[in-house]
Order: sequence, then structure tokens, then C-alpha cells
Amino acid sequence: MSDAAAAHADPHEHPPSHGGGAGAHHPAQQHHFDSLAQQHEAATLGMWLFLVTEVMFFGGLLMAYLLYRVWYPEAWSEGSLDLDIVLGGTNTAVLIASSLTMAFAVRSAQVGKHRATIVWLILTMAFGLTFLVIKFFEYKHKFELHHVPGYDFVYPGPHGRQVEIFFSLYFSLTGLHAVHMIIGVALLSVMTWMAYRRRFSPEWYTPIEMSGLYWHFVDIVWIFLFPLLYLVDRAQHFG
Amino acid sequence: MSGHISPKSTYYAIFGALMVLTGVTVAVAFVNLGTFNFPVALAIAITKATLVILFFMHVKYSSRLTKLFVGMAFFFLFVLFGLTMTDYLSRGLHTYPGGAAGAGYGVRTPAPAHEAGSEGGADREGEAAAPAH
Repeated sequence: MSDAAAAHADPHEHPPSHGGGAGAHHPAQQHHFDSLAQQHEAATLGMWLFLVTEVMFFGGLLMAYLLYRVWYPEAWSEGSLDLDIVLGGTNTAVLIASSLTMAFAVRSAQVGKHRATIVWLILTMAFGLTFLVIKFFEYKHKFELHHVPGYDFVYPGPHGRQVEIFFSLYFSLTGLHAVHMIIGVALLSVMTWMAYRRRFSPEWYTPIEMSGLYWHFVDIVWIFLFPLLYLVDRAQHFG
Repeated sequence: MSGHISPKSTYYAIFGALMVLTGVTVAVAFVNLGTFNFPVALAIAITKATLVILFFMHVKYSSRLTKLFVGMAFFFLFVLFGLTMTDYLSRGLHTYPGGAAGAGYGVRTPAPAHEAGSEGGADREGEAAAPAH
């Protein structure tokens, strides 16, 4: 115990076996890590642990979706028919494209291309904002139709109350997803600023990579939301 | 650093696969497969998510510990869905008059007589199918 304390008494002391060369290390390396590689591994693991909690965060709502879908299949069918498949499909394509540009942004940072990193980041944010604008018009249309759950909710037919549950889950799931998109765009604007200040190098690009993980996660959430909300119960009306 | 740098062609290929799968899942939505619409759409979504996780999120090239964490997310999601559904879907299986078949999803109750014909009758009819606990 006292040996360990003594070994760490000088924060600048790095054993040659761990430090990666003559005590000199990258300015981004924190003193409690042996090497940049170890620091990177810790960051990746921490980010994934956060994403695990995010999966469970959405998981609670998806559980509610699943159960009510089993209870009220007719309402789910009617509700999903009221969602615009063209807008939803377009948004899916937009988000997948944004994931591609995000992957390229990380790659550009990895190979040390500053300008390309900034361009890819701006493209990613542009796709993200396109998604949010399309989502805004979808929401606006729902307000006009009085399909927003609450005192103003109007839905004709025998399953009106259950369709209201469908729309409650539609707005909670897509709303929570949209909040994540807004946070993602804010995160990427910080990354763009950091890239502009030349903070990233092929040796150290952890923040942009972690932002990328977050962005791809939000994309994955939509990959599930699109079929669950817009698609799966539509076909019951055909044939 | 230890990060893996994928060739651009990999990213384009994954992007293409994701777009094609999106097209397939939209097309399948217009074909009535009965109960199979749900599993087919879910299988496509899981495939797309796996591609994003493995290649865009570099998990294919990550440490085994990171892979374990990723698997953990889906394991616990499965526990959440699995245990909750076994509870709800089996409710009334042995107590509902008529047994499992009569129970259906286990929680439906017939409409109370006095509600029929009251204001908003059509709505109430649907509501009567609400679970009673």
C-alpha cells in the first residue's frame, strides 16, 4: 500500500515500461493513464456504458409500446396508417446518410485531415437539422389533425381511446429521440469548433470518436422506431 | 493510437446495405404477411443496427471488454422485454373462465352492461377491452 502511494507521489513520474518513451507523453494524455491507448480504451468503455443506460432508457418506452401493441392491435394498425410513410422514410435515409458523414468525420480526424473533418461534421449537422425540420412538419400536421394526446385529442372510430395511447407513445418515443438529435447537433458543433482549433491529431481524436458513437446510437434508435411506428401494423389493412 | 482506420469503401458499402435494407423494409410493409410483418421488420432493423454497431461504431475492431458491454445492453433489454411479457401474457391463463384460449392475452374483460348505449358508446365499447387489474 505504502509502496503504491510512494510510486504515485510524483505525478510526473512514468515508469519507462508504461510511459511510451523517455517520460515524454502527448499533451492530451491524463496523468492517471499509462498510455494514450489505455486512455482511449477507458473512454470507449465509458461511452459504451453510457450507451447501455441509454438503451435501457428507450427500452422502458419500447416495453410500453410492445405491451399496448399486444393489447390493442387494431388501434396500432389505425394509428400507424396515420403516420406519413414518405416523411418517415425520407428521415430514415437522411439519418443513415448522416451516420455515413459522421463516420467520415471520425476517419478524417484519424488520418489528420483537419479541413475534411470540419466539412464532414458540418454535413452531419446539416443532415441532423434536416431530420429535425421534417419531424417538425410531421408534428405540426398532427397538431392540425388534433392527433396530439390530451384534452384536444379527436379520433373517430371505435378505437379512438386506444389510438390515443398509440400517439402518446409515438410522441414520447420520437420526442425523446428528437431531444437526442438536438443534443447530438450541439455536441457536433463543439466538435467542429475543436476541429477548427486543430485540437485533434492522428494520436488523439477521442472526443470526436465518442461523439460519433453517440450520433450512431441515435441513428440506431431511429432504425427501430421507423418500422415499429410507421410500418409493422400498416399491412393489416391490405388483403 | 490503437484506433482502427477503415477504408472509405467499407463505409460506402455499409451505407449502401443500410439504404437497400430500408427499401426492403418499406416494401414489405405493403405486403400483408399477417403475424410475420412484425418479425420480418424487426429482423431487418436488427440487421441494420448490427451493421452500424460493427462498422460505423468500430465495435468489430474493439476490445473484447467493449464487445461484452455492447452485448450487455441487448441482454438486459431482452430481460426487460422477456420477463415483463411472460408476466402480462400469462395473466389469467389459469384463472380466466375458459382457460388459456378464453383468456386471449389474459387481461380482457367484458364490457359492463350499464355502459352500453351511454354517451360516446362507440368509444366506450373499445375501452371495455382495457385491462382490469
